[in-house]
Amino acid sequence: MTIRTLLAVSAFLAATPALAGSAQHAVLARYAAEAKTADPGFTGFSAERGKALFHAKFATGKPDTPSCTTCHTENPKQEGRTRAGKIVPPLALSVKADRYSDFAETEKWFGRNCDSVIGRTCTPVEKGDFISYMITQ
Amino acid sequence: MRRISIAAAAAAVLLATGGLAWADRHHQRGAASSASVDPIYLKECGSCHMAFQPQFLPVRSWQAVMNDLADHFGENASLGETTRQAILTYLQANAGDAPGSNTRLLRGLASSKTPLRITETPYWVREHQKEVRPSAFLDPKVKSKANCIACHVNAQQGIYEGD
Repeated sequence: MTIRTLLAVSAFLAATPALAGSAQHAVLARYAAEAKTADPGFTGFSAERGKALFHAKFATGKPDTPSCTTCHTENPKQEGRTRAGKIVPPLALSVKADRYSDFAETEKWFGRNCDSVIGRTCTPVEKGDFISYMITQ
Repeated sequence: MRRISIAAAAAAVLLATGGLAWADRHHQRGAASSASVDPIYLKECGSCHMAFQPQFLPVRSWQAVMNDLADHFGENASLGETTRQAILTYLQANAGDAPGSNTRLLRGLASSKTPLRITETPYWVREHQKEVRPSAFLDPKVKSKANCIACHVNAQQGIYEGD
């Protein structure tokens, strides 16, 4: 990690809400580093963009899952339900404190769900934006 | 040792309470055993749907399912290769036609068929056409035929009768 990346990551972390603990900060820092590598002009994540991503309807993924909200509902503080009927715990950090605390687990779900919903992998910026939104919820 | 003593205690209780008759009836009614649901299977597959007892499908079906997780009934359910292999090993070892399995749940299933859904097996169809209206599966509380627990509240424990 270069000094510039470290500075960018530190500036970004200072701006994240207090709700997120060190585990979430570590996950976000990894995505910030990836984002910076992909685009040296990266300036930080946006909860607003994350919110828009969460609610967006796509026609490029698998037909049964056009949006995050298909299973997670429009309210991230609510429980969702899979197509098979199983309850999904809320995505909002305020309701489920261990969300986004494990990088491998977070990557697994982005890997599956970005492909199901959008039809491609998500970028590090999209992942960071999404988490940035959820830790404000 | 602890596990053995628990098993011994459980056996003693079963004997003392006429449990053998219960166990026999239970077995005949068709509950698939869930004595040892693999914890990795439970976590990875059970997040989205019930961790269905492997006995409901033959080895060839589990292989087909686990070889196409990128399109798993309309969703991407990909796993890391180590995890995928571990789960496949568990499913194969406990499948309905694995050595030592009671093949009753696969009765009527042609060897030329490789069902990907438990709901496509002759056993499942027989059991449900007797007493379940097709519209019951459209109830929003049920949502899917894969949601066993909506009606069989103890399905994850392998108990399906009486609901």
